[in-house]
Amino acid sequence: MAWIFVLPFLVVFVVFWAGPLLAGLGMSFTDMRSTDVRDPLAVDVVGVENYLRLFNDELMRKAALNTLIFVVTALPLTIALGLAAAVALNSGIARLPAAFFRLGYYTPYITSIIGIAVAWRFLLDPDAGPVNQFLGWIGIDGPAWLSDERTALPVIIVMTAWRSFGFDMVVLLAALQGIPKELYEAADIDGAGRWQRFRSVTVPMLKPALLFCTVYSSIGFAQFMEEPLVMTRGGPAGATTSASLAIYNQFGAGAYGYAGAAATVLFTVIVALAVFQFRIGRRS
Amino acid sequence: MKRRASTYVLLAAGLLVVVFPFLWTLLASFKPEGEIRRNPPTLLPAEWTTSNYSGLFERMNMGTAFLNSAVIAIALVVANLLFCSMVGYAFAKLRFRFRNTLFGLVMVQMMVPAIVVMVPQFVLIAKLGLVNTFLGIVLPFVVAPLGIFMMRQFIADIPDELIQAARVDGAREFRIFFSIVLPLCRPALATLGLITFMTSWNNFLWPAVVAQSEDMYTLPVALAIFSNAQATQYGLLIAGAVVVVAPILLLFLFLQRYFVQGIASTGLK
Repeated sequence: MAWIFVLPFLVVFVVFWAGPLLAGLGMSFTDMRSTDVRDPLAVDVVGVENYLRLFNDELMRKAALNTLIFVVTALPLTIALGLAAAVALNSGIARLPAAFFRLGYYTPYITSIIGIAVAWRFLLDPDAGPVNQFLGWIGIDGPAWLSDERTALPVIIVMTAWRSFGFDMVVLLAALQGIPKELYEAADIDGAGRWQRFRSVTVPMLKPALLFCTVYSSIGFAQFMEEPLVMTRGGPAGATTSASLAIYNQFGAGAYGYAGAAATVLFTVIVALAVFQFRIGRRS
Repeated sequence: MKRRASTYVLLAAGLLVVVFPFLWTLLASFKPEGEIRRNPPTLLPAEWTTSNYSGLFERMNMGTAFLNSAVIAIALVVANLLFCSMVGYAFAKLRFRFRNTLFGLVMVQMMVPAIVVMVPQFVLIAKLGLVNTFLGIVLPFVVAPLGIFMMRQFIADIPDELIQAARVDGAREFRIFFSIVLPLCRPALATLGLITFMTSWNNFLWPAVVAQSEDMYTLPVALAIFSNAQATQYGLLIAGAVVVVAPILLLFLFLQRYFVQGIASTGLK
């Protein structure tokens, strides 16, 4: 009887997720190209050749490095902003203004990446965009943000943090409100200052929520691609090409076997990252 | 007291920075192209115009795209409300073999990056003859793992006695589900419905792959294609961005309670 209830998940999972996942894995050991789709069994098995090629591919290595830089900078930035907002909202602000601020901070998270990309491209336009016009007033000659190799990736990192911190804020705020007041009173009696209270009561009590935000965001960030796809198409000179975007481009070029190998590596890294973070989080 | 005042100032400054991109874009969308590019810029339009919007609707079939986005989002909301609560009920209240293994698979699906399965999924959709159809866009997402997770958490808190009592009275499992469990799930269903609507409305990659002709484009797909073709027509482009973003923002303004509750509860458990 119970199986009838789980049937919808089972069917969709097997047909649309597990099947394609295994098909991708299988593809990665062949020289399959887009032209082979009609007759997928006619492809040649090439063993681990695609994987070996991956590690010598300049563009793939650059994409992996960009993804690494993106995750290790955007992740702490997002969580720090989310935590700062949550702590500020929980510091005795009246209910109505608190709800108002929370609403405002959360809005970027729920909006379409395409809409946001279009808006940011306009704001950062070297001539027509207000950002460089404002900078011009104070005598700074702003860069061509998205077509400059030095600034393109940082812009996308900042944009991602701007867009995502509202989620962490909501999760952390709920966790903050769940901390028993007695713990703070006890800390006061022990003569703890504001910073000490934060370090020895707030942070430890927030650990499960922080762990959740870290794992959830790093899974999402490690596969970022829509931001560069619509803002820079991975450019200039591959400066914003992420791992996912590089795979997307390989698929676009028809190299299914090679793209499958890269996708398999990416998936493995993401799962390993999540498991690793949970291990670390549980232990300490 | 002084500290509280400075917190307010900080929060307000932060809010200004956060909503600036929205506000500036919204106001600029009512300026003529020449004014958009003017330096020094104007905050409020010196000359209000809706020509960006009318121009956009002339060049792109935005009405159709809007309708497509709405149909797909509503179909996914209905499917997810039904399926996620059915599956969530089984995981929360029914005993069966491999229950934990299956639930593990739900977690696995959550971690699969879209790009990893995109091409095999597309090949499958093509073999089923569903390229360029609503069904092709919708099918992989009719029962989202996050929704299953949410519903399981919520249904687990419903007292077992209620369900046991109905079983003793001889009610079939489906009747228990539809007449006892589902009505109790209303708050969770509201949250799930909103999150599903938002996710579907904003979804870009998969609809862009499946939809191949203009009459099947969703709003984000139409806007992305338009922005590749007209990278510098800012007036039209930002009007497009407003059309894509505004419906979700409005929905969120009115129903934010449900959004926030849902996010907070999935995050904490």
